Amino acid sequence: MARSVAAAAPEQRAAGVGRLVGRYGWPAVFLLPATVLIFLFFLVPVVTTLYLSLTNISVITFRHPQWIGLANYRALLGDPFLPKILGNTARYVVFTLAFNVGMGLLLALLSTSVRQRYGDQIRALWLLPRIMPPVVYVLIWQGLTREAPFGLVSDLTGLSRNWIGAQPWTVLILANGLVGASFGMLIFTSAIRSIPNDLFYAAAVDGATANQTVRRVVLPMLKWPIMFVTAYQTLSLLTSFEYILLLTDGGPGFYTTTVWSLHAYKLALSNYSGNVQFGLGAAMAAFLVLIGIVVSIFYLRIFNYRALVAEPKVEVN
Amino acid sequence: MPLLPPRWRLVALGVAVLSLPIAAGLIWLLLSGVFDKIHGLLPVGRPTLENWRFLSQGVGGRPPIYVPLLNTALFAVLVAALEVIIASMAAYAISRMSFPGRAVYLGLVLVLHAFPAVSLIIAIFYMLRLLGLFDTLIGVILVKASLELPLGIWLMKGFFDYLSWDMEMAALVDGMSRWTVFWKVAFPLVRPGLLALGTFALLSAWGEFILPFTLIVSSQRAMMATYLQSFLTEAFADYGMAAAVGLFYALPVLLLFVLGQRYLLNIYGGGVKG
Repeated sequence: MARSVAAAAPEQRAAGVGRLVGRYGWPAVFLLPATVLIFLFFLVPVVTTLYLSLTNISVITFRHPQWIGLANYRALLGDPFLPKILGNTARYVVFTLAFNVGMGLLLALLSTSVRQRYGDQIRALWLLPRIMPPVVYVLIWQGLTREAPFGLVSDLTGLSRNWIGAQPWTVLILANGLVGASFGMLIFTSAIRSIPNDLFYAAAVDGATANQTVRRVVLPMLKWPIMFVTAYQTLSLLTSFEYILLLTDGGPGFYTTTVWSLHAYKLALSNYSGNVQFGLGAAMAAFLVLIGIVVSIFYLRIFNYRALVAEPKVEVN
Repeated sequence: MPLLPPRWRLVALGVAVLSLPIAAGLIWLLLSGVFDKIHGLLPVGRPTLENWRFLSQGVGGRPPIYVPLLNTALFAVLVAALEVIIASMAAYAISRMSFPGRAVYLGLVLVLHAFPAVSLIIAIFYMLRLLGLFDTLIGVILVKASLELPLGIWLMKGFFDYLSWDMEMAALVDGMSRWTVFWKVAFPLVRPGLLALGTFALLSAWGEFILPFTLIVSSQRAMMATYLQSFLTEAFADYGMAAAVGLFYALPVLLLFVLGQRYLLNIYGGGVKG
């Protein structure tokens, strides 16, 4: 194949260019807007987070941050509240995750064991906390947990208190859990529905009770969905702070319910320590960003990347 | 499960009891918005429109309600439109065209789909300041649409993959360009996908709190989420009015919930983000 492009006949060359435009041009046109937005608001922010974490950026030095190397990371490690915040984060993730997965599984099992009409209604009801605007959802929690005679919880327990102040962790985990459980519920439900009916009939013929069917037939088939939900929600819980910010704002008192992501957010963007420490907040966020990248790449490896990116079946070019 | 357990009615009762907290919350919102005082879930006052006076006048130095209402509507509609169009275009290219770097691009989309975007908020705040887009609706719209783009591309790719190629092939053979084929043939055929992604994007943007809370400061550009939140952070919160505002704000969501339960279950069951 010694023939160079320049030596080719002009019309052949034109056809070659046309083919080149066809091969690169149309995909480029279709991908351009998405690529620009993903570049601007995903890739640049990742680099920016890492960059800011190595500078002394604050309110005063906002436009002219200076490079200070790893000083923010050293300050972070020296922070006396770090153990407290790490402990809170672990507590938040572990307990909410346990509630989410457990409740999701329970709801999926129970709602597929009743007439489908009722099962659908139950699942729809549990979807409500998820589609409700978060601020409205938190308003409802605040209303229900007020002092007697207003709050329902106080009325039912006979103990008049502001339950968000008295039991911040219980309220936080339940509030997050009622939203999060629907994710597992829907995934487990479709997994249960995809189990071949034969298995259920075979179990029934063998005289299995409902209990045995669930334990011996259904649960083993849910192994992968459970792993997926656990992995997925661990990552999103690690970085989410919306409901904590709205419910307790990290309090009551000093750092009682402050988790890693909320602390990063407040250090960088709210003036609660009297001085916005943008660089320090970025250093904390950098950990989350790195964990996010590593874990999401890890997911791809587990959840069968090659099958997902298989070449399109039909292609003209 | 194909065979219901013999005592499935008992199971239904049990799961109904389990769901009582959610029902209680919904009832609280409805009653608190309508009556002037609620003890637990029992109205003790009379029905009143006093809580709804935010509709006709600015309350406590806040802008009149139409300001956050219009801002939020504009925000939600534009985010959904951008997301649906841009995600469909990219998904179409990934689903139908073979180009160098396709596997890498799809891999990137998948990684970003799992990646928790909220951890980028600090950098995004900084970037919007530099770009002059801080405290603008355009800025927060672009950010919201971008952060949900990987999810949208992934969802729409599934719909295009499922679509039969025959009609597009016929159109291409008849001499339509790829661009025309996309808009005239493929785009209309994935209407269920566009509706699903559009509904999801609308609901998600309508409820969005962190982005406007962080990236918007002036009250003229307030959204319903930050408007309602300002009632909750008052020293002595007026729960009656807050509930009325909350009910007003959640009304479109509740309507969709009542009218389109099955539809919502399908959308959220179809693997959209938790």
